[in-house]
Amino acid sequence: MTLLRITDIDVHHGLLRAVSGFSITVNKGEVLSVIGANGAGKSTLMRAVAGSIPVSSGRIEVSGQDVTQQRAHQRLMSGVALVPEGRRLFRSLTLEDNLLAGAYRRRPGPWRLDTVYDLFDWMPDRRAQRSQFLSGGEQQAVAIGRALMSNPDILLIDELSLGLAPKVVKQIYGSFQQIVSSGCAILFVEQDVSQALAIADEVVCLLEGRTMLAGKPADLKRSDIESAYFGITEGSH
Amino acid sequence: MDLLNALLQGILLGGVFALFASGLSIMFGVMRIVNLAHGDLAVLAAFIAMMALTHTRLPAWGLVVIAPAFGLLGYVMQRLLITPSLNAGPIATLVATFGLSIVIQNALIEGFSADVRSLEVGRLATASVNLGAGIDLPLVGILGLGTAIAVIGGMQVFLSRSRTGRMMRAASDDVETAALTGANARHIYAVATAIAFSTLALAGILLGTRSSFSPTAGTLILIFAFEAVVIGGLGSLWGTLLGGLILGLTQSAVAYYDPAQAILAGHVVFLAVLAFRPQGLIPARSV
Repeated sequence: MTLLRITDIDVHHGLLRAVSGFSITVNKGEVLSVIGANGAGKSTLMRAVAGSIPVSSGRIEVSGQDVTQQRAHQRLMSGVALVPEGRRLFRSLTLEDNLLAGAYRRRPGPWRLDTVYDLFDWMPDRRAQRSQFLSGGEQQAVAIGRALMSNPDILLIDELSLGLAPKVVKQIYGSFQQIVSSGCAILFVEQDVSQALAIADEVVCLLEGRTMLAGKPADLKRSDIESAYFGITEGSH
Repeated sequence: MDLLNALLQGILLGGVFALFASGLSIMFGVMRIVNLAHGDLAVLAAFIAMMALTHTRLPAWGLVVIAPAFGLLGYVMQRLLITPSLNAGPIATLVATFGLSIVIQNALIEGFSADVRSLEVGRLATASVNLGAGIDLPLVGILGLGTAIAVIGGMQVFLSRSRTGRMMRAASDDVETAALTGANARHIYAVATAIAFSTLALAGILLGTRSSFSPTAGTLILIFAFEAVVIGGLGSLWGTLLGGLILGLTQSAVAYYDPAQAILAGHVVFLAVLAFRPQGLIPARSV
C-alpha cells in the first residue's frame, strides 16, 4: 500500500530552485533514506513534504489524498509528521508535555504516551524534566516520540544523526523496525552514507536538488554512490 | 492605623491593576506583542456596561456577560487585524493596535462627549466589609482582587493542563514547530486574544464601579497594566499579579502622605525595576 507518493515536485528558495523534479513512492512498512552533501536540498525537500514551505509545482499524495495545497498543521492531520532538523523541542515544556503536544491533533492509531514510553524505556524517569536540559540524543528521541504521538502514516526525520553520539544513534535506528511495524513508513535524511545504506530499504541520492541515484542498497555500487554524492562525472576522473 | 488602611486599599487597587495586566501578559507571553488598545478596550467595556445599565433592566451582576462578548470580539479582531499585521513584523502590530486605540478613543468622545462617567450599580458601589478598628474594605475592591486571583489562577491551570493551553506554550516557544505538531497558529493566537479581551472587559467594568472614567482614561490604564507586567516579569502570570499589587501598594502608600505624588511614585518603582532588575521580580516564563 502506497502511503506517500511525490510526483515531480519543484521547491524554490526565493529565486533558487532547491529541489527540482523530485519523485518518490513510499509504501507501508518501508524505511527510505535521502542522502546527499550539504546544500543538496534534503532539508528543503523534507520541509516541503511536511508543508512548512510550499512546492512550486508537482503533487504530493498521502494515502491517496492530494495534500499539495495543505498547510503544515493540516498535513499533520492527513498523516505527515516531521522531526525537524535540530530536533526543535519546545524548550520550556517538560519531556512529557512535548510528547503530549504531539498528540494535539491525534489521529487514531497505536501511539500513545505509554507506547512511546515502551519504545524509549528511559523516558518515564525523566518525564518531568524540561526538554532544554536533555542531551542531544535524548532530545532526538523525544522529537521522534512527539511526531509519533500524532500516529502519522509517514514519519519524516531530518538530519537524524547530526551531532549525536554513535551509541544514541544506534539506539534510535534500533527502534525503526518497531515503528514501521505499527503500520507507517519512514523517510529520513542522513549525512552518514554507510549508516543510511545499513538501515534503509532504499536510498535516494540528491545533488543540487536533483535525484542522481536511487535504489536498494544491495543493488548500488559504492563508486556510483560516491559519484552521485559528490557530482563526479565519468570524464572528470 | 490609617496607614494600614491605605495599604489594604492599595492591595485592592493592585488587584484591579493585575486584572488589567493579566490580559496584556498573556498576549505578550504567547505572541510577543503589546496591544496598545488594551486600556481603551477596557474603557469601551465600561461604556457598554453603562449603556446596558441605563437602557436595559440588566442587574449589576448581569454585566459579566460583557466578558464573553468581548472574548468573541477578541477572537475576531485577532484573526482580522492583529494576525495579518503580525505577519508584517512586530512594529506593524504596534501601529495596528495604536490605530485601534485612537479609533476607540475618538469614537467614545464622539458618542459620549469627554465627560467623566461612572457605573451606577446601586448598593454594590458603597457596600463594604468592616474589619474593625476603623477599617472598611469596599466590596467592589474585594471583588476586584478576588477576580484577579481567580482569573490568573484559572489562566495558569488552563495553560498547564489543557490541550489548547499546552499548545499555547508550545507556540510561544516555537510557532513553526507548533504548526508541525498540528497547531493552527491563527486559531491558537486568537484564543489567547479572546482570553485577554474577556479579562480586560471584566477589569474595565470593575474599574467603572469603583472610580469614574472618561473616553481618554484608557491611556493611563494601559500604562499601569504595562508597568505591572514589567515589574512582575514579562510573560509570568503570577509575576503580573505581584506587579499589580506592588504598583497598587506604592500608589496608595504614597497617596497617604501626598496624593499628588501617587502616580509618579508608581512610575518611579517601574523605572527602578527596569534599571536594577530588568527581568522583573518573577522572571520565570510561565506562558
